[in-house]
Amino acid sequence: MTAPALPVSSRGPRQKLLAYLGRYWTLYMLLLLPLLYFAVFKYIPMLYVQIAFKKFSIVKSVWEMPWANNHGFEYFIKAFANRDFILALRNTIMLNLLDLIAGFPAPIALAIVLNELRFKRFKRLTQTIAYMPHFLSWIIIAGLALQVFAPSTGLVNVLLGRMGLEPIPFLNDSAHWVATYVFLGVWQSIGWNTIIYLAAITAINPELYEAAAMDGASRIRRMWSVTLPGIRSTIVVMLIIRLGYILGSEFDRPYALGNNLVKTVSNVIATFVYIYGIRGLQFSLTTAVGLFQSVVGVVFLLVADRFAKKFGERGIV
Amino acid sequence: MVISRKTKAGDWIIVLICVTVVLACLLPIVHIAARSLSSSEALIRSEVTLWPKGLNFDAYGYLLSDGKFTRALWWTTLLTIVGTALSMFMTTLCAYPLTYDKLKGRKVINTLIIFTMFFNAGTIPTYLLLKDLAILNKPAVLILPYCLSVFNIIIMRSFLKEIPDSMRESAEIDGAGPIRVLVSIYLPLSTPVIATLSLFYAVGRWNGFSDALMFMNVREYFPIQLLLYNLITAISNIDVFTAEGGTAPGLSEALKAAAIMFATIPILAVYPWLQRYFIAGATLGAEKG
Repeated sequence: MTAPALPVSSRGPRQKLLAYLGRYWTLYMLLLLPLLYFAVFKYIPMLYVQIAFKKFSIVKSVWEMPWANNHGFEYFIKAFANRDFILALRNTIMLNLLDLIAGFPAPIALAIVLNELRFKRFKRLTQTIAYMPHFLSWIIIAGLALQVFAPSTGLVNVLLGRMGLEPIPFLNDSAHWVATYVFLGVWQSIGWNTIIYLAAITAINPELYEAAAMDGASRIRRMWSVTLPGIRSTIVVMLIIRLGYILGSEFDRPYALGNNLVKTVSNVIATFVYIYGIRGLQFSLTTAVGLFQSVVGVVFLLVADRFAKKFGERGIV
Repeated sequence: MVISRKTKAGDWIIVLICVTVVLACLLPIVHIAARSLSSSEALIRSEVTLWPKGLNFDAYGYLLSDGKFTRALWWTTLLTIVGTALSMFMTTLCAYPLTYDKLKGRKVINTLIIFTMFFNAGTIPTYLLLKDLAILNKPAVLILPYCLSVFNIIIMRSFLKEIPDSMRESAEIDGAGPIRVLVSIYLPLSTPVIATLSLFYAVGRWNGFSDALMFMNVREYFPIQLLLYNLITAISNIDVFTAEGGTAPGLSEALKAAAIMFATIPILAVYPWLQRYFIAGATLGAEKG
């Protein structure tokens, strides 16, 4: 760790600083562009957040806009009086919770199954193909879903029809849409999310499996009593991170899958902000909504981090 | 092993589960590929399942002769190449200095960067900033605002930190400065992380949709995903294509399928080759992130 050469320690603090800068100034130059990026595209927008507390005006700068009523909280009050926003808030939490319930255990189960697969080349092939949906955009997935699940011409309903069953309105009825949305989420993420669990499984001591086999434990028993406890801490951390993002909202997925028939369940905070803000030009209202989402999101994350540390895990912040 | 018979049955159940997962991932793509190659009569009669009926390439031919579509393909390819190169350049510039333990202010810089991962101003303030910067609806808006990912910086930094300090120190004794060390020692050892992050950035740009939807209203600069969205959600393709010069009505279903294939094939062609790299990258990201 000690720097080679340069016997700087014998000189005064000024010379020390000069020697330090002489040695490391290039590093600061390298950081210049990235820091400029963060300043311009991440921190300056934070100054614009005050629009949430002001009456937006297209001709005035952010600093000159007049304060909104109710001590600046006019637009927060308006948001919570807006039926579309309340629905969007409800849908965001509902879809995230359903995603968690269906989508969280699925990759854990698949990772444990993959770990038991004896044929190495088949295992590799399975993994490669299972990772594929993760790389597809939600527009592509929506395109696939619209064709496969179409009411009368889609493959699934055609096959159901041949078996004499009624067609299912997968994407055109609220309850079915929610189920399809959650199912597609599992489809897209199950393979990719096994990666972290498979990595955790490789860290389990193989002697534990041998000892379990020696005691006559069945395969199911070994999965349950060796593999699962072996990745417990990974599961806890991943669960806590997911809970921390419970108010986060994707845009592409609900926007691409949604349509007018199901908008009471498909509109989430991100789509609300787009429709009311960028299309509807209600900038103060939608900035307030975005700020509410960010602040509550940070609070959730901090609470989740506390929990992670309480469980003796490393935490995320 | 003693319990061989039981184990065998278990093995087949496990193979069965894996085969189900594989088919669930592949069959939708195979079905769409079959649709894209089928005749419009077969599509209208819903006869196509996993193999084309009335094999023809009309849909592909039509899309390739449609100036708007090929233009979007080239434009998105260009955006992806330029965007990925810029992102990798910036990610390296950011991650490398932060691996120096002795760098003063390193902790503050780290905190400032990671803070943006947990708290962001939101869509509308970003939109208004881009407007004030006068890059709204300009090509740069599809590259600059999201050219750096904190998550990817963390992955790169963790990877570079694994390279032993002793290698750097011996180069420093020979008089090499930080940039020399980066170029001649760190980068040649970083192929796995460069491959992984390039894939992540490239896929992100190729798949990028919402930034174009919100920040770009010039049709010539629409990336492929935006065009694809307009195509798949149109009640009939007449809405999308007749404005450009008309199309045979029966072709529309095959056209949608072919357009989806155009957006999917580049990804299918690339990601399997980088698997051994991105698995390590994804694990690192999940652990350190």
